[in-house]
Parts: sequence; C-alpha cells; structure tokens
Amino acid sequence: MHPNPDWPLYEIFVRARGGLDHKHVGSVHAADASMALEHARDVYTRRLEGVSVWVVRSTDIVASDPAETDALFEPARDKVYRHPTFYDIPKEVETL
Amino acid sequence: MSATGRVAATPEPPGAPLQYLLRLGDTSLVLAQRLGEWIGHAPAIEEDLGLANTALDLLGQARLLLGYAGEIEGRGRSEDDLAFLREESDYRNATLAEMPNGDFGDTLVRQWLLDAFQVPLYEHLAGSRDPRLAEIAAKALKESRYHLRYSAGWVVRLGDGTEESHGRMQASLERLWPYTLELFDPDELDRAVLASGVGPDLSALQREWSAHVDVVLADATLARPAAPHYRWYGKQGRHSEHLGPLLAEMQHLPRVHPGARW
Repeated sequence: MHPNPDWPLYEIFVRARGGLDHKHVGSVHAADASMALEHARDVYTRRLEGVSVWVVRSTDIVASDPAETDALFEPARDKVYRHPTFYDIPKEVETL
Repeated sequence: MSATGRVAATPEPPGAPLQYLLRLGDTSLVLAQRLGEWIGHAPAIEEDLGLANTALDLLGQARLLLGYAGEIEGRGRSEDDLAFLREESDYRNATLAEMPNGDFGDTLVRQWLLDAFQVPLYEHLAGSRDPRLAEIAAKALKESRYHLRYSAGWVVRLGDGTEESHGRMQASLERLWPYTLELFDPDELDRAVLASGVGPDLSALQREWSAHVDVVLADATLARPAAPHYRWYGKQGRHSEHLGPLLAEMQHLPRVHPGARW
C-alpha cells in the first residue's frame, strides 16, 4: 500500500524527442500536478528518456469499457479494405 | 602517496586554489552522502528517487571538483583518494551539509538552504576567471536549479501545510539557520579568490540568497529566524560532531579493502 493514500494517481506521458508523440510510460502518486511533474521527471526521465512530460489525473481519463470491446472494435475486423493495401505503388515512391 | 593527507602545505598555483575547490567539492560530496542515507527510507518511492537523483547530481559535482583539486594539488591524488583517504579535519565542507537528516522536513530545509546558496554560487562561478571551474559550475548550475525548485516546493508545502507540519518546519529552520552564516562570512581564502576573479563576492551572494529565502519563507508562512551569535567554520576544517560518523560510514569500504573495484 502506498504510504500516502491521500495522494492521487497521475498518468505520465513522455515525449522522447522533438517531433514524436507523447507516449504513456506509467503513473506516479503526487499531491498535485506540479509535484506529479517532478515525480515524473525523477521516475521516468532519469536515463534521458524525454524532452517533455505531460501528467494527467488518472481519474480524468475516460476509458472504453472492456465489456464493450466486441461492440466497439469487432465491426472493424472484417473490413480489410480500410487498409491501404489495394493500391499498386509505383516503384519510384520509396517511402510510403 | 601520502597517508596523512595534510593538503595545506604546498604553495598555490594560479587558478582556483586547492582549498577553495575542496570547499566546493566537499560540500556537494557530504550533502550527497547525507541524501544517500534516505535511499529505501523516503516517505514515498517517488521521493526516494527524487532524493537519490539529487544525491547523484551532487556526487557528480563533487567528482569534477575533487578531480580538478587533485590535479591542482599535483601529488597524484585522484578524486577517490581525496574523498576516501582524507581525515575529518581535512574536509572543507560547509557545516550545514553535514547536519543529520532528521525527518523529511529537516532534510528538505537543509537542502533548500544549501540549494539556495549553490544556485547563485554557481551562477557567479560560471563566470569565474578559472575556465575549468567555470565549466564545472555551468554544468552544476542546471542541476542545482532543479534541486532548488524541488526543495523550495517542499518547504512551501510543509510550511504552509498542516499545523503539525508548519510547527515542525519552523523548528527545523530555527535549528539549521545558525549554520547558514558561515556560507557568507568571508575569510582570507574567500577574499583571495574574490580578488583573483576566481570566486564570488559573498556579500552579493548573501543578498541574492536572502531575497530568495524571504520570498519562499513568505509563501511557506514561516518566520525568518533571528541572526545567531555563533558561527561555524566547517569550511576551515572545524566541524560539528556529525561529520566523523558520516565519513566513517562513507570511507569504511575503501579503507578496509584498499583498491577494491566493482
């Protein structure tokens, strides 16, 4: 059990380099957002992992319901035509 | 290599004097050792890592400064020799750095008072006429700015926290305040490094420190203690009773197993 039960949980997002997206890396407990930033810095950027950090109260994240996984995501399963794999790509195009 | 480790006898070459580098390096080293004592004991794992990060920054500063000191001394002593084979009275750290950890609040008050000193100190030293020292200070400054943000944040949180935390922080401040005078009390060496353009003007440093301290104390609803009557001089090798046990623990392994490596 965490010794500071009053400290809420924050989710931590770190941008590894300029131009990349912030990626979820974990969570920390902290009394408020500014402390969460310091904790995130101390816990998740010790090895030069990032150039920018976002912290978000875990309770502010709205998540999809696992019970609805089928209803939400299953319909996409048989729609392979949504993948851009039905085009002939000219040889000249190197990076697509 | 000399086993006795008296370092004052040789004449000083130009650049930063050996004794001055020891003051800077020893303060960071001793404070790093104190913070290291928290590892595994901090009130939350995030704070455990935070204190350890600060300790490692300070240890890095000490390595650069003591490594340079060893070169200046010119007797072939490495940073490790200086850290592990000097006696208590040869240590030149500010007394405040060796004060025991106490509770988390005591540690943060000590840290804050020293961070608030090291930030303007390194700002001045970054413009030192000794280019090597200026480089070390420029690197250390970035670290110490973060340390100050962290420790000042905690002083405000706990000072302006509950009645209990406020009272304990005020008591910590009263206990540790007397050791801050030494930081700004220039002696012969401080005047010499000022005159040669190597070190800062301590009275300017004190004004900057004091201005910062008053702002944070106001935010923390803490009262600035009265000026003490007695001054400590750890920077001249006259230490409190707390440095000996700290060094005994820190130096035990390399003294019992000389030359031991990972």
